[in-house]
Amino acid sequence: MINSLQHLGAYTRNSFSKVGRGTGFLLQTLSYLFSVVARPRLLMAQLYSVGVLSFLIITISGLFVGMVLALQGYYTLSAFGAEASLGVMVAASLVRELGPVVSALLFAGRAGSALTAEIGLMKATEQLSGMEMMAIDPFKRIIAPRFLAGCISMPLLAALFSAIGTLGGYMVGSGLLGLDDGAYWSQMQAKIDFQDDIINGVIKSIVFGFVITWIALFEGYDSVPTSEGVSRSTTRTVVNSAFSILGLDFILTALMFGDH
Amino acid sequence: MQPSRNQDTLVGLFVAAGIAGLFFLSLKVSNLSAFSQDESYTITARFENTGGLKVRSAVSAAGVKIGQVSDIYFDTKTYQAVVTMHINQQYNTLPDDTTASIFTSGLLGEQYVNLEPGGSDSYLTDNGKIDITQPAIILEKAIGQFLFKAAEEKGESKE
Amino acid sequence: MDNNSLPSNNLVSIRNLSFSRGEKIIFNDISLDLARGKITAIMGPSGTGKTTLLKLIGGQLRPDQGTISVDNQNVHSLRRADLYTLRKRIGMLFQSGALLTDLTVFDNVALPLREHTQLPEALIRTLVLMKLQAVGLRGAKEMMPNELSGGMGRRIALARAIALDPMMIMYDEPFTGQDPISMGVLAHLIKSLNNTLGLTSIIVSHDVHETSLIADYMYLIADGKIIDQGTPTEMHQSSSAWTTQFLTGAADGPVHFHYPAKNYLDDLLSSGKRY
Repeated sequence: MINSLQHLGAYTRNSFSKVGRGTGFLLQTLSYLFSVVARPRLLMAQLYSVGVLSFLIITISGLFVGMVLALQGYYTLSAFGAEASLGVMVAASLVRELGPVVSALLFAGRAGSALTAEIGLMKATEQLSGMEMMAIDPFKRIIAPRFLAGCISMPLLAALFSAIGTLGGYMVGSGLLGLDDGAYWSQMQAKIDFQDDIINGVIKSIVFGFVITWIALFEGYDSVPTSEGVSRSTTRTVVNSAFSILGLDFILTALMFGDH
Repeated sequence: MQPSRNQDTLVGLFVAAGIAGLFFLSLKVSNLSAFSQDESYTITARFENTGGLKVRSAVSAAGVKIGQVSDIYFDTKTYQAVVTMHINQQYNTLPDDTTASIFTSGLLGEQYVNLEPGGSDSYLTDNGKIDITQPAIILEKAIGQFLFKAAEEKGESKE
Repeated sequence: MDNNSLPSNNLVSIRNLSFSRGEKIIFNDISLDLARGKITAIMGPSGTGKTTLLKLIGGQLRPDQGTISVDNQNVHSLRRADLYTLRKRIGMLFQSGALLTDLTVFDNVALPLREHTQLPEALIRTLVLMKLQAVGLRGAKEMMPNELSGGMGRRIALARAIALDPMMIMYDEPFTGQDPISMGVLAHLIKSLNNTLGLTSIIVSHDVHETSLIADYMYLIADGKIIDQGTPTEMHQSSSAWTTQFLTGAADGPVHFHYPAKNYLDDLLSSGKRY
């Protein structure tokens, strides 16, 4: 009993200490963001490995999610004779929720885990320590460019996901189910609001990008520098990112769409 | 430095694709392109009941969307709802005796303002007022009236 | 080879250094000096914190007590910017090489030059090729670190460590896990670089043979204390049981076969608290 209490105490203390370290890590990263802009080469390389390499999985998933939404939506809507609203349903689901959330989950799995593993291995193979000894600040050279690349890539990827999903829905709606083209787009345009839906979706994805990249980089930087430690941190990145995305999504949705 | 240039191209494509996606969402999916403020004029109408009408609900004439609702508020003096609408500039020849009604698109659809042009020769201008309005049909009220009527008829036939 | 046992011109001097990690005491009040222009070896059994000592000298770790001064600057009272300035003049060769895996050999060696100087790219190229030539691996400049053997990786890391022409290089276990040929190559490189570039070198190692061939002065550390010190010749003639054990590699002696533990019998009979 006392033993488990001790464990609980130690666990709580460790958790708080981790949150503290994570916050310090974030502040230190943010303080170097301007120096990243001064060195676009490093940022380009990271935009490539964080953004471009996630492009394929995001676009393909977006296409299929849009197509499935159209198919499922059609059967539900046709029961009410409201097939014409298919476009609205597909676009609203994508732009408000699925676009930012699903692409963030995929991003955490694809780019987040890769970032953690990369930073963790750099720590395990003394690369970070080596840089410090060469008087090169790892935050400036390694962490900050990756952070900025994550924050830039995520909203772009989410926008792509939603756009391609909408097109996928259109393909199924007009091609497979034989719906009227005009109704698909015009109903959508009438109901999807630029401010409320598009902008809020983009804000969501920026928040998700920020949080995922932060978690991923911090888990890597804070990992136990062994192969086991790095693999555990990688798992933690994906799990913690997923929880954060879903939790934040709830909060953001309540804030953004709550008053209508 | 060939691989680096390749990488630049791919990053460029990626960023361009992302921005294109955003543009697509803004222009093709949302209502951003449909109405812009400078090309519209404003008219107001007073309703006894607006039902489920919302800001940005459609304003149509003969089934064609010609504008949208920009503001709804409750006037504490007349106890009426005041609905402000932006009408597209190209439809600037609505007669000043136009009737405004709140309809529902389909049984479960959203509510919208329908404008029925009258026969007057003078047109509604910016900040013009529509005097003749028809409130929204409240489904519960309608059903209630129908049931009441049916019960009345039944009672009569029994006598 | 001069044999003065207490060199007067010291680049690094460590005074009353104590450092512990959790419960475990790594260093207990040690003092040592590293002579300018010499190769000093710090030897000791595994787990005596030799790498920790290098990290303390480089300012990556803080001592619990005592001072470390490098080139008459107290490492741990320097401001961050000054510490970084000092580090530019210290090269360090990590055990793993610590090459950046996403850069080619050339870019790895060029990294400190690109980060810390405003030199034109043509000049950087010349400098990098010179450094690579010095370690005999100019031909490997386009390779990625994962294509290199362990010995090659360390030589590249050495080229990187000398890229900024430092005043001092710290070698962390340079011979560990090397075949006899690359051991010989590395030993030769350390010696010749030290002499031709006028460096001061610190070697942390437990490879007695290779180290005593090139070192000018040796310290033997065990259990957080300096057990013995002297030139390689003096060490080999030492009467200390510690030194003899370490140099001959006997399994048990003053450095115990067993890691410090409480009484064996007590431990067996105790209830087994979890750590």
